Amino acid sequence: MKIIIMGCGRVGGYLAGLLEEAGHEVVVVDMDSYSFRWLPPEFKGKALVGDGTDEEVLKKAGIESADAFVSATQGDNRNVMAAQIAKHVFNVPKVVSRIYDPLREEMYHEMGFETISPTTVSAQMLRDVILG
Amino acid sequence: MYIVVVGGGKVGYYLSKALLSEGHEVLVLEKDPDKCGVICDELGSVVVRGDGCEARTLKDVGTERADLLIAVTDEDEDNLVSCQVAKNKFHVPRTIARINNPKNESLFKRLGIDVTVSSTNLILEHIEEELPINPLVHLLTVGEGNIEIVEVKVPEDSPVIGSKIKEVELPHNTMVVLMIGKSGARVPTGETVIQEGDQVIAMTQPDQEAVFKAAFTGKK
Repeated sequence: MKIIIMGCGRVGGYLAGLLEEAGHEVVVVDMDSYSFRWLPPEFKGKALVGDGTDEEVLKKAGIESADAFVSATQGDNRNVMAAQIAKHVFNVPKVVSRIYDPLREEMYHEMGFETISPTTVSAQMLRDVILG
Repeated sequence: MYIVVVGGGKVGYYLSKALLSEGHEVLVLEKDPDKCGVICDELGSVVVRGDGCEARTLKDVGTERADLLIAVTDEDEDNLVSCQVAKNKFHVPRTIARINNPKNESLFKRLGIDVTVSSTNLILEHIEEELPINPLVHLLTVGEGNIEIVEVKVPEDSPVIGSKIKEVELPHNTMVVLMIGKSGARVPTGETVIQEGDQVIAMTQPDQEAVFKAAFTGKK
């Protein structure tokens, strides 16, 4: 699969490594080249500096032939905007976004987007540890 | 009308002031406490500090009963999300988003925002009107950007001076709707004769405007 990851923070960088290890072609997009330090040293995919909500940048990243798109920047709104571009403009078959705010996450989920809220997930995991 | 304004910067402030003076019920959502303070001092208690993209904040200010939500922050993605939350969660009948990057205009329309206002484009259009260099001036864009009203001034060396409108080869989907000359404004017919200095106002499409300009100025 060809996968585009927007946002190369701890999560984006780590995910890029995992997906590449599994044999996929990965392109990472981030506005700040300094973020690429989060990529594993052995990363062989493409790392592109640019705004992932800009259609031209996404085209450069090869979104027209991508099988999956992940938005994992720090900004919930940037993530959902990029996801909507990927899904509605470029018809990427699989689109998933990280959304911190649980209420926003729920809404976009209802609108038919694949979403993950780290807030909900980690709170539940912490609860499970405490309550056994 | 009850109108929720998201963003209390300069645009939000002056917009709210205008809406209040027209007698509307207005509520401004702004994250920055200093800006909230200024609005509160100048316009009264019409401001709530909070994030206008958060469903909880929007619920607290009664967005369910809002007739209109206008998002005017300087971040396009925030304006998009505010409008989408208002529409999908609170069923606000009409949403308006300010757009800073003109590239986002068609995208926002496609994603269900009712009206978009591109501040960058508006500024460019106004500057363009003042520039004598470009004989083509954009006056108005309608119909999701597919149709525009433009104006061309007939220069002294134009090949069509003395010709009738029906003799000019116009691009398709283009219609001359008004001519303003020395004798005043007139609605042209095919028989109208073109004179030097005439302002030709036409309805056309963005991809035809260059052909339209060339037809009246003789220049590509």
